[in-house]
Amino acid sequence: MALRTSPELLATARSIEEIKQVAQAGADAVIVGESRFGVRLSGEITADELGDAIAAAREHGIRIYVAVNHVFANDQLPELKEYIQLLKQLRPDALVFGDPAVLMICRDLGYEPVFHWNPEMTSTNYATAQYWGARGAKRVVLARELNLEEITEVTEHAGMEVQVQVHGMTTLYHSGRNLIQSYMHYQGTEASDEIQGKEHGFYLVEQERKDLRFPIYEDRDGTHIMSAEDICLLEVLDELLTAPIHSLKMEGLLMSTEAHAAAVRSYREALDAWTSDPDNYEPNPVWLERIQHYQDPHRELTYGFLFKEQVY
Amino acid sequence: MSIRLEEAPAAVANRRKLARPELLAPGGNLEKLKMAVHYGADAVYIGGPQYSLRSNADNFTLDEMREAVQFAEGYGAKVFVAANIYAHNEDLAGIADYMRELEAVGIAAIIAADPIIIDTAMKVAPKLEVHLSTQQSTLNWEAVRYWKEEGLPRVVLAREASMKDIMEIKQKVDVEIEAFVHGAMCSSFSGRCVLSNHLTDRDSNRGGCSQSCRWKYDLYQSASDESGQLLAEGVPLFADEEESFTMGSKDLCMIEHIPQIIDAGIDSLKIEGRMKSMHYAATVVYAYRQAIDAYLADPEQYELKPEWLEEIHKAANRPLNEGFFFQVPGAKEHIYEEEDKQAPFDFAGIVLEYDAATGMAVIEQRNYFKPGTELEVFSPDGVRFRQTVEEICDEEGNPLDAARHPLQKLRLKMEGPVKPMDMLRKKFMLKKSRK
Repeated sequence: MALRTSPELLATARSIEEIKQVAQAGADAVIVGESRFGVRLSGEITADELGDAIAAAREHGIRIYVAVNHVFANDQLPELKEYIQLLKQLRPDALVFGDPAVLMICRDLGYEPVFHWNPEMTSTNYATAQYWGARGAKRVVLARELNLEEITEVTEHAGMEVQVQVHGMTTLYHSGRNLIQSYMHYQGTEASDEIQGKEHGFYLVEQERKDLRFPIYEDRDGTHIMSAEDICLLEVLDELLTAPIHSLKMEGLLMSTEAHAAAVRSYREALDAWTSDPDNYEPNPVWLERIQHYQDPHRELTYGFLFKEQVY
Repeated sequence: MSIRLEEAPAAVANRRKLARPELLAPGGNLEKLKMAVHYGADAVYIGGPQYSLRSNADNFTLDEMREAVQFAEGYGAKVFVAANIYAHNEDLAGIADYMRELEAVGIAAIIAADPIIIDTAMKVAPKLEVHLSTQQSTLNWEAVRYWKEEGLPRVVLAREASMKDIMEIKQKVDVEIEAFVHGAMCSSFSGRCVLSNHLTDRDSNRGGCSQSCRWKYDLYQSASDESGQLLAEGVPLFADEEESFTMGSKDLCMIEHIPQIIDAGIDSLKIEGRMKSMHYAATVVYAYRQAIDAYLADPEQYELKPEWLEEIHKAANRPLNEGFFFQVPGAKEHIYEEEDKQAPFDFAGIVLEYDAATGMAVIEQRNYFKPGTELEVFSPDGVRFRQTVEEICDEEGNPLDAARHPLQKLRLKMEGPVKPMDMLRKKFMLKKSRK
């Protein structure tokens, strides 16, 4: 059996230190950004640090992508333009975008970067991916709510790189409102900006689903509600990779660097095993144990929507 | 009295010439569409058999669309079709044919979010306008410029756009802007919510939304012990008797700000609610129609009439707020208490015929009423009069003790002149008490 090309293992990185850690753990690429332009980032790599971050990635021989994936408002456009000018100089390996404003500004600046199209929940078919492909996108980042059959079909028809999330939490809801603050005001509590930020450990429990804890946090972009479970496709990588997926993403949001790097290491070993003998892939229990060692006991590891059917 | 010549230019400049914006209303089904148009909508948007985000709505067949277009044309009104899903692979095959069909039946525009639907429509149905749906959550003028360059004549902005944002976009890009002015709103960025998918396996972006944002949630905060070890149980951020956390928003209502909305240059004022009742559509359309026309007729002397607001409240089933127009919504823009689902007035019947000589009307029943019930006769000209029901007869003239059969044709003596498509409404007897 011929060897298959190993897909890219892509990890989020919250800091320059974490770029190094996940590179050592076996990531082929990292995605970074700063919260003025990137949404739901695991950490902040500011414009000032970006040059060093790119250098760190280069030093470790991995690619680095920058998230510019806000839904932008008018008043953010001037600083967005400045930021894109900076990216034009620094030349990261790709820009991750959802808002077409990013395409317009790049065009006006005569900058033709590699674009990855990532609108999160709304990249759900191959024809729309092709549409953005015709406008410069080299990669589609698929919605997490697709199943294997749908993912496979996209890889067959899109004619571009396909990225799928294989590990970690996903976004369920993004509001432009400050919902935690509002609730506290409603209760008569003086809630201030101090509750802003993802590190406060707020979570929601739906009254009919007491065993699920949905992380919720507020930041400059409003309120984010995240999945109560973490995707983990380690055991079914061989099934997933029956489709020629180009990039496997590992989300490190609300995970410690240790846990994130450990998970990256497990996927690296798994991918290497799969690449050397795709037909006889046998997950090594050590890979999952390493992940479970750090896993929040309230967060189940699941296959996400990989084998699900949705109705509507 | 003559004006001195040198004063004239200033006088002319003071009289602002305002473009007449469109009032765009939901048409949940053919009947609701007809009422919306009759009560003053310039355009109505509907859902077809496919690709629409209200999969539970009473959506239109192509034949019904044809009839809708004909009916609307009689009033000089247009019909738009919402094709606002985010398609999955399995939805792709039928898009082109559907767009050709919509064009053929005379639909003026589609409202679409998924670029593949937009692109396909422009390629195969050139007479069909494409309007960008709010589901794209477009909030800045660069993105608006992108869609204009793609060939879209109109953009429906994200509900998060403020009045200032809208004015800046209008200033920077020569494109029609449509903004929601009334109705229910997602509290998330539209299209950026998959709560329903994760909690109920129902795909929100294909019309399966289970409104999980309006469910009750408890808010906790994780806590650690003295050694920094995370405790198994978080700290509840609510007291026992306190209302739960929810993401549910109050409904939008901008009728008190019609002058600002028109001055901002918004081209189309949109009312939400394809799932709402015919009574709701007609009432809300009427109120906005009056306000818009009054302002355009005489901007300087314009005043909001309390009765327009009263009309709105007769049909409202949720508390109202002003969304993002003036500030980011806070605590008072959200619903934490039990939602009051019952509008204070209900639709009792519709006038089919009226004989001025005898004062007798033929009414189609829409809700229970009986002799003694006080009815209000509501028309595109406002409330005509109120009367207490005396005798109710069936079509053959047999007296009835009550009007209890939906769609039954009834004969009723009217105390004043009425016209076909006038509505009879009644107050709810039992107003649900609020906590």
